[in-house]
Amino acid sequence: MNKKQAQIAKTQRIQDFVFQYTTQFCAFFVLLVLLGIIISLCIDAWPALSQFGPGFFFSTEWDIIGGEFGGLVAIYGTLVTSLIALLIAVPLSFGIAVFLTEICPNSLRRPFGTAVELLAAVPSIIYGMFGLFFFVPPFAKYIEPALAASFGQIPVIGILFSGSFNGIGILCAGLILAMMILPFITSIMRDVFEIVPPVLKESAYGIGCTTWEVIRRIVLPYTSSGVIGGIMLGLGRALGETMAVTFVIGNAHSISPSLFAAGSSIASTLANEFGEAEEGAHLSSLFVLGLALFVITLIILSLAKLMLVKMEKAKGVKT
Amino acid sequence: MMIKKIDKHNNRLFAKRKLVNTIGLSLSISAMLIGMVILFWILTVLFIKGFSEIDLEMFTMSVPSPGSEGGGLLNAIVGSLLLVGTCTLISTPIGIMAGLYLSEYGDRSSIAGITRFITDIMLSAPSIVIGLFVYAIFVAQIKHFSGWAGTVALALIAVPVIVRTTENMLRLVPGSLREAAYALGAPKWKVAFKVVLKAAQSGVITGVLLAIARVSGETAPLLFTALNNQFFSLNMNAPMANLPVTIFQFAMSPYENWNGLAWGGALLITMAVLLINIVARLAFKKEKLS
Repeated sequence: MNKKQAQIAKTQRIQDFVFQYTTQFCAFFVLLVLLGIIISLCIDAWPALSQFGPGFFFSTEWDIIGGEFGGLVAIYGTLVTSLIALLIAVPLSFGIAVFLTEICPNSLRRPFGTAVELLAAVPSIIYGMFGLFFFVPPFAKYIEPALAASFGQIPVIGILFSGSFNGIGILCAGLILAMMILPFITSIMRDVFEIVPPVLKESAYGIGCTTWEVIRRIVLPYTSSGVIGGIMLGLGRALGETMAVTFVIGNAHSISPSLFAAGSSIASTLANEFGEAEEGAHLSSLFVLGLALFVITLIILSLAKLMLVKMEKAKGVKT
Repeated sequence: MMIKKIDKHNNRLFAKRKLVNTIGLSLSISAMLIGMVILFWILTVLFIKGFSEIDLEMFTMSVPSPGSEGGGLLNAIVGSLLLVGTCTLISTPIGIMAGLYLSEYGDRSSIAGITRFITDIMLSAPSIVIGLFVYAIFVAQIKHFSGWAGTVALALIAVPVIVRTTENMLRLVPGSLREAAYALGAPKWKVAFKVVLKAAQSGVITGVLLAIARVSGETAPLLFTALNNQFFSLNMNAPMANLPVTIFQFAMSPYENWNGLAWGGALLITMAVLLINIVARLAFKKEKLS
């Protein structure tokens, strides 16, 4: 009997051991992938990096036949489109999050919340098609002339809104990106707004604050790190977004001061050229761009995550 | 006299605060309206352009060659199902096991913390870079595009989604359930696998469904891995037709019937993704996804 028990205990110990290390291996799989991505991108990017040096990131050259490459155009396009997207998406997301947490009647919160989440679930290629075929025509016909007529007259900023009205371009890509990241930022802002202890809000209402004052002076300061984290997460998404941008950015290898002009982002350059790139400097330069994109998003997303972790800790001490 | 003056001042201040409040709240409501307009605009456009394209031919014929009439999306639909199906088969066990580790074994250890951090970052990592990675380690080695490479790329995107939802769901299982199982003499792996995982079943399935919804619309990672295929093929070792890349190529093409098919495919894929999302949410209505 005792022997049998010992036998069972032994098998269980072995099973436990195997099970634990299998799960552990699966968990480390994600870490391995991250390391693998960085290492493999570095290896493939190395030829171009050693050939062009750090000057690669400051050169606007992109001569496929001559074999001269520089990443500035794509990096500029990526940063500017993401910045435009943030400028538009952040106030809108804030408004929607405020609506969902403070204004909306309880019975409607769920359907509206789900609607926002559905917006997040729409595949990015759909945003691209929608942008190219349905957003660009009215944008070129009405909005761009209107912008040129109003902001275009102001000195200095005017140059941003000059040029021909093609619809397709940096500004349009930024707007489509804004639509895409809107639901991501919204859902994080809503989540962090919801963890504000009701007692705090009720006290503010008790001394006669208006809803807006409660949002401005109680909710926002309490959740600031979460809000910033959400915005940075949106930025991370915007930087790496491929399909939506590729459709509407115009894919031109030039930098123009005008926001109406066509440009290209890192992701759109990769999507357009990688499949047909010849081995050698071209392919390797594309890997450099990919590596740059990955490193930038990693940094942004890590900062976002750190901000959100700070928020989580605040949640822990809420009562 | 004095009191009257203060009153007047107070009234003015109050009116101002009320005005600011009204403006702020109206802006918030307009933001919500803009969001809804975007959603309905996109869905309406999809239905108007795509609905007339959906017919029997779309599901029974392969993509037409350039310039020819008719044709459907059969090969792309089958290819997408194959890619997403194999991706689910690969990523579900890995994701669930990793989730089990984070919740049952790793818990508060620093190594689990790091894994969690990295997983969260991989959740929003640019999918095109994942495509580059799989190209470098897979396609460049075997020297041709292949369906398997597409599967791997999609699985790399799906795993973090499953890991995080699984872990969150497992954490909702009350500790007393685990203790009860231990008290009966169950070994740890049985507690984790047969008690905790079983109790969190519906939540874990939700996570898998959300991961499927996420990868079915992904285009960027397939561009340099599975590529595309004009012909019907079930060979996972060769370039594989799939809906997203077909939509991309057809939407950018000058042929009208290709454009039409792209809209049909776009409607199909969006409806599938939204449907999976709604089903996942309904299946898991009571407990909250964090």
